[in-house]
Amino acid sequence: MERGDNMTIKNEKALEQTKSLDDCPDWTFDLLEQYQAEIDRVAKHYRLETYTNQIEVITAEQMMDAYASIGMPIGYSHWTFGKKFIQTEQTYKRGQMGLAYEIVINSNPCISYLMEENTMPMQALVMAHACYGHNSFFKGNYLFKSWTDASSIIDYLLFSKNYIAQCEEKYGISEVEATLDACHALMNHGVDRYKRPQKISLDEELKRQEERAEYLQSQVNALWRTLPEMKKKQNTKQYHFPSEPQENILYFIEKNAPLLKPWQREIVRIVRKISQYFYPQKQTQVMNEGWACFWHYTILNHLYDEGLVTDKFMLEFLHSHTNVVAQPEYNSKFYSGINPYALGFNMFIDIRRICEHPTEEDKRYFPEIAGSNWLDTIHFAMENFKDESFISQYLSPKLIRDFKLFHIHDDAKDNFVEIGAIHNEQGYQQVKHKLANQYNLSNLEVNIQIIDANIDGDRALTLRYIPYNDIELGKSKTEVLKHLHYLWQFDVKIVQEKANGEDEVIAQCPEATTKKGD
Amino acid sequence: MTNFIDRRLNSKNKSTVNRQRFLRRYKNQIKKSVSDAINQRGVTDIESGENIFIPKKDLSEPIFHQGEGGVRDRVHPGNDQFTTGDRINKPPKQQGQGGGQGDVSDSGEGEDDFTFSISKEEYLNLLFEDLELPNLEKNQLDKLIEYKTVRSGFCAEGLPANIDIVKSLQGSIARRIAMTSSKRKQLKEYQQALENLKLDKHDHVQEEHELLKKIKELENKIAKVPFIDTFDLRFRNYAKQAVPTSKAVMFCLMDVSGSMDQATKEMAKRFYILLFLFLSRTYKNIDVVYIRHHTQAKEVDEHEFFYSQETGGTIASSALELMDEIINERYNDKQWNIYGAQASDGDNWADDSPHCKSLLVNNILPKTRYFSYIEITQRAHQTLWQNYHEVAQTHANFAIRDIKEVSDIYPVFRELFKKNTKNAA
Repeated sequence: MERGDNMTIKNEKALEQTKSLDDCPDWTFDLLEQYQAEIDRVAKHYRLETYTNQIEVITAEQMMDAYASIGMPIGYSHWTFGKKFIQTEQTYKRGQMGLAYEIVINSNPCISYLMEENTMPMQALVMAHACYGHNSFFKGNYLFKSWTDASSIIDYLLFSKNYIAQCEEKYGISEVEATLDACHALMNHGVDRYKRPQKISLDEELKRQEERAEYLQSQVNALWRTLPEMKKKQNTKQYHFPSEPQENILYFIEKNAPLLKPWQREIVRIVRKISQYFYPQKQTQVMNEGWACFWHYTILNHLYDEGLVTDKFMLEFLHSHTNVVAQPEYNSKFYSGINPYALGFNMFIDIRRICEHPTEEDKRYFPEIAGSNWLDTIHFAMENFKDESFISQYLSPKLIRDFKLFHIHDDAKDNFVEIGAIHNEQGYQQVKHKLANQYNLSNLEVNIQIIDANIDGDRALTLRYIPYNDIELGKSKTEVLKHLHYLWQFDVKIVQEKANGEDEVIAQCPEATTKKGD
Repeated sequence: MTNFIDRRLNSKNKSTVNRQRFLRRYKNQIKKSVSDAINQRGVTDIESGENIFIPKKDLSEPIFHQGEGGVRDRVHPGNDQFTTGDRINKPPKQQGQGGGQGDVSDSGEGEDDFTFSISKEEYLNLLFEDLELPNLEKNQLDKLIEYKTVRSGFCAEGLPANIDIVKSLQGSIARRIAMTSSKRKQLKEYQQALENLKLDKHDHVQEEHELLKKIKELENKIAKVPFIDTFDLRFRNYAKQAVPTSKAVMFCLMDVSGSMDQATKEMAKRFYILLFLFLSRTYKNIDVVYIRHHTQAKEVDEHEFFYSQETGGTIASSALELMDEIINERYNDKQWNIYGAQASDGDNWADDSPHCKSLLVNNILPKTRYFSYIEITQRAHQTLWQNYHEVAQTHANFAIRDIKEVSDIYPVFRELFKKNTKNAA
C-alpha cells in the first residue's frame, strides 16, 4: 500500500515537471533554454518567420553602454555617445528612469540583449517580445526588407568603427570629430526616401572604398575645374546645378563638396548609411512595438493555456505587460503623447477581434477583413504597412472610442485651440486621418532641399526650406548651417518663399557681410 | 536555432573611450569648473571627485527642426468633456501648454545645467594637466630613515621566545635520520639474518644468540640518539630595514596683515592646494600646520587661516620661529618629511628680514625637505625678497618665486619642482 502511494506521488511529480516550466524568479541558462524552446515552438505554430536568434545576457551597466550607442552593438567613438552615457547613468542612478528590459538589433543573426537583473518571467516576456516579435518584424516588414540588409549591418558597423579609428590616427581626433559633428547635424537629411539604397557588405566596402575615394575625388575635380574666362561676369547661369532639388544633403555633399578630403567623404558616407539603416525603424515605431507586444501577449497566453506556465508566472507577466501598454489620458500627469506600445498592441488585438468576432460596424468599415483568417490578416498587415498607412488602414471606430481620441486644431494665429473631431460617427474619419498624419515622417521632419550650387561663380550653396503648415524653421538653423559650411567650405544659405512669391534668406553662413555680386 | 551568450563578463566600459572624448571636447568648460571648485574645497579634501557643471546650451547638437508658428493638428486620448467645435483659449503668451501641444523638444534649449561627476583621478589629471609634475625622486626620500623590523630567515642562536618549532623539529628529524641510518641498515641486515637462521632446519643456537645480542646493542644505540638537540634549534631571525617614512608635514605660513587682501589669499590657497595634492601623491599621511602671522604668529585651523583678517604690521620671523618651535615639539625631522610654504605680499619690517634669513639658514632649512616662498605682489620687491634670494643662491632646498596673477600659479609651481629634479639628477 505504502509503496504504491509513493509511486503515484512520484508519478504525479514527474508529470507536473514535464507539464509546467519552473516559475522561480531566478533564471538559469538551462531554464532560459527551456522557455526559449517552448516559445519557439509556439512562434512557429503562429508562422512567425525569424532570423536566427542570438541572445546575449548583459549587466545593467552594459545596457547603459548599449543605450549610449543608440543600440548599435559596435559603434565608432564619438563624444556624443559619451554624453549620452553620462546622461543615462545619471538619470538611472537617480532612479528617474528604468532601463529597458531589452534591446534588439536588426541584424542577422538577430541580436537581443537580456538584462541580468530580469526575473525569469521577465526574461520569457523579453524573449517572446524581442526574439520573436521584433525579429519577425525585421524579417517580414517591407520597409526593412527593401531598405536594410540585416546580414551585413554588423560587418558594416565594424568597418566604420575601424575606418574612423584609422582616420583619427592619421588625421587627428579633432578633425575627425569636427567632420562627424557636421555629419550628425545633417544626419536626418542623409536618407534616400524614394530611392532604394544598395546593399552594403564588408568585403565590397573594403575593396571599393579606396577606388571610390579616388574616383569621387576625380569627379569632383572635373566638376570644379575652373577656367579663368568662365569666371568673368557670368552671374546669370545657363543651367542649374543640381538639375533637380536634392533632399539627401549628405549624399550631395559626399559627391559634390569641392574641398572635402577623400576620408571625409567616406565618413559622410558612413553617417549617411547608418542614418539610412535606422530610417525604417523611425517609420514603424507603432507597428513594430505593437507587433512585438501582440506576440509576447499571444505566445505567453498560449503557453498558459497549454498549462506550461503557472499562475504565478502569468501574474508577474501581466503586471509588466499592463505597465508597458498603459495609455495615460491627456489630462494625466503621466501623459506624454500617445504610447506607441499601447496603440500598436491594441490595434493588432483589434484586428484579430475584427477577424474573429466582427460586429455590424466592423463589417461596414472593414468588409475585406471582417471574418477572415486572423493570422493571415495580421501577417499581411505587418508585412505591407508603415505607421502612417497602418493607422489609415486599420484604426477602427471601436478603438477610437476605447481610446476616446480627439483632435485638436491649433493655429498659431488664433488665441484659441479648436476641437476638430472627437470619437463619434462624424469624427472617426478625421481622427484617423489626423492620427495617421501625426506619424507621417515627412510632416515631422523639416523639408529642406538643396536647390542650387553655384559652380560657375562663388560656389555658394543654396537650400530651400518648404514649410509644412506654415511652421517656421527652428532656431538652431544657423548652428546647423555652420556645420554644413564646414563640409561645403563655401557660402551656404537657406531661403524660404515669402507670401509674395519672392525668396527670402532666412539663414546663412558666414553671417551676412553685405556683399553684392561683382 | 538559438544561441545564448553570456556577455556579463565582457568589459563593462565600452563607453570609456566615448567618455574620454566627451571630457576632451569639453575640457575648457570642465577645467573652468575644476578651477572654480578649487576655491570651494578645503586644502586637504582630495578624496572626492568633483561635480562638473556645463551649461546645457553648450552641449546641444543642433539639427534642423520645426520651430514656432503655423498650424498644428494633434490627436490625444481620453476625451472627457470636449465636443467638436469647442474652443479653448490658449494661456497668454506661452503657447503650446494647453493639451501637451509642445512639439518634439530636441533643440536642447533647456536651461538646466548638465551636471556630472568626475573621479578623483580625472580631477587630478585635469588639475595638473598643464603641469608636468616633477618626480620627487627617491633621493628626496632616502635621507629620511625609519626602521622597520622584518623577518629575514632563520638563525641557530636566539631568544627562546623566537624558537620556530616547525623548523626545529624538521631539524630534529633530519638529524635523527642522519645519525641512525647506517645503524638501522645494519639492524635490518641482522634481523634478516636472524630470520634466515630461524627458517633453517638446523639449529643455530649460538649464532642466534650472538645476533640477538648485536641487535639489542644497535637498538640501544639508536634509542640513545636524542629526540631533540640544541643543534636542532632554529630561531626566527629579524632584521632592521630602513624604510622611507610615509609621513609628511606641510607648513603653510601666511602673512595676514592688513596689506593681504582676500584675492591674494585665494592665490596663496591655490598654491597650498597644489602643494598638498602633489605631496599626497607621494606620502600616505600628511599633516598640515597653518601658521598665520602679522606681528605675532599663531597656529590656526584652515578656516581661520584663509578667512580671518587682521591688521597691523608684519614681522615674518615670528612665523618662522613658531614653525621651528612646532618642528622641535611635534615633528621630529627623523620621522617626518617637512615641507614649508610661505606666502606673503613681501611687506616686512626691514630690520626683521635678516633675522628671517638666519632663522631659515640655521634652524629650518637643515630640517626641511623643501621650503618655498612665494611673493604675491605687483609691486617692487622689498627686503624680505632680497634676503630670501640670497638664501636661495646657497640652498638647493629653498626656492622663491613671485606670482602676479592667478594664472602664474601653475607655471610657478611647476618651475619650483622642476628645479628640484634637476638638482637630483
